[in-house]
Amino acid sequence: MQDFAGAFTLAFSLLASFDADLYEIVGLSLQVTLSAVLIAALIGLPVGALIATTRFPGRGLVIVVLNTLMGLPPVVIGLLVYMALSNAGPLGVLRLLYTPGAMIIAQALLVTPIVAALSRQVIEDRHGECAELFRSMVVSWGRAIATLLWDARAALLTVALAGFGRAIAEVGAVIIVGGNINHVTRVMTTAIALETSKGDLALALALGIVLLIVAIAVNGAVSALRAGTVPASHV
Amino acid sequence: MPLVVEGLRYAIAGRPLLGPVDLRLDHGGITAVMGPNGAGKSVLLRLLHGLVRASSGRISWAGRALDDGIRRRQAMVFQKPVLLRRSVAANIDFALKLRAVPDIAGRRDELMRLARLDHVAQRPARVLSGGEQQRLAIVRALALEPDVLFLDEPTASLDPAATLAIEDLAKTVRDRGVKIILITHDAGQARRLADDIVFLHGGRVTEHTPATRFFERPASAEAAAFLAGKIVL
Ligand SMILES: Nc1ncnc2c1ncn2[C@@H]1O[C@H](COP(=O)(O)OP(=O)(O)O)[C@@H](O)[C@H]1O
Ligand SMILES: [Mg+2]
Repeated sequence: MQDFAGAFTLAFSLLASFDADLYEIVGLSLQVTLSAVLIAALIGLPVGALIATTRFPGRGLVIVVLNTLMGLPPVVIGLLVYMALSNAGPLGVLRLLYTPGAMIIAQALLVTPIVAALSRQVIEDRHGECAELFRSMVVSWGRAIATLLWDARAALLTVALAGFGRAIAEVGAVIIVGGNINHVTRVMTTAIALETSKGDLALALALGIVLLIVAIAVNGAVSALRAGTVPASHV
Repeated sequence: MPLVVEGLRYAIAGRPLLGPVDLRLDHGGITAVMGPNGAGKSVLLRLLHGLVRASSGRISWAGRALDDGIRRRQAMVFQKPVLLRRSVAANIDFALKLRAVPDIAGRRDELMRLARLDHVAQRPARVLSGGEQQRLAIVRALALEPDVLFLDEPTASLDPAATLAIEDLAKTVRDRGVKIILITHDAGQARRLADDIVFLHGGRVTEHTPATRFFERPASAEAAAFLAGKIVL
């Protein structure tokens, strides 16, 4: 095992030399997680908006279930997706197991309840303020939803960010359905797990640093975006 | 749009909040709804606009029961203005698009000038002062081109200058032929603006009187006590 300081030095030299393997791993991580968050937003936002703006029997239960699903352990999702995609499973014919596609599916399943549950809360709060106005103005339901989504855009961006943070940092689901295959399905977190277990702390550390930088960059980009689109008084 | 209200009652969870109310408004101008806090003024306005459903009784506008078609010809400004989280101009555009008004840009500029908001057109609505927010809410309501405008205590939390600006705006709107139904518990304001007064106390209309008569000799003891500054609850 390398010494602590040595690992840091090596990590930075990997980053500085634009090590191809390292950047391939980072690229795949971003590609998988951004795709998953996009899918989760496309499904989770409408679901959250629907629950936020309608009353139906069992609504309370749906919200409890959704909130619970937010805390679902990634390994459990990984296991379920694995079973569904394995040769014997119902979706085995798609031959997606051990591909980035499988990882996107698993992370999308992880993030969708987060987006749906948090956006439900955000949209419901805003709906409470606007419902009478919409009724007064005779605003159609579809337009009301679109208006609420746009008005809550700053908070919803934060919701997406929460989903991104959870997906980019998880290892349990992607390692089960992706298999951590070099040059195919190896992402930052699975690589860190592997390299650490092999004792190659430099690469693991380099990836850990990248993970941190990505987190900071995404958070920074979102705050900048919020500051640009939404004045301080709205936040 | 003449209004006829017959035997109107409103209760929540079995607790009666309003009624029975009978009322006819068949001319334009400004009708002020007055009465102490909790008298049921806001509840009455919401019922008349169809935001809540009456427990019993009948409301008809121009001979028709309340529906979306009637509501499209009305607009309401809430006591605490509800503004969309976008610019002043975009708030007005929202209403103009809703009614498919032609020449949105031209109409918007006209409305912003009317409310003297043209200098803050691109500012987010929520950074406006209380008086500006209220004026925006009023001209956004006007963007809907209503025949009837409901105003729920539009000047309750405003300073005298801002109050005057709102009152001027109300007069302009009235002069354009829009019927205004205004809640106020400011007797001075009712005196300045109203053609007739509906006085509400404990969920009932104790009188509906032309404004000049109301302030000279109110017909009901409750209104007299209210005007004399005695608290009536
Ligand atoms: N949604 C509601 N639930 C229960 N009570 C209500 C509701 N809305 C109004 N009330 C009650 O009805 C009465 C009249 O209210 P309101 O019309 O707002 O009075 P005001 O004349 O001051 O506008 C008050 O006692 C108020 O507490
Ligand atoms: Mg009120």
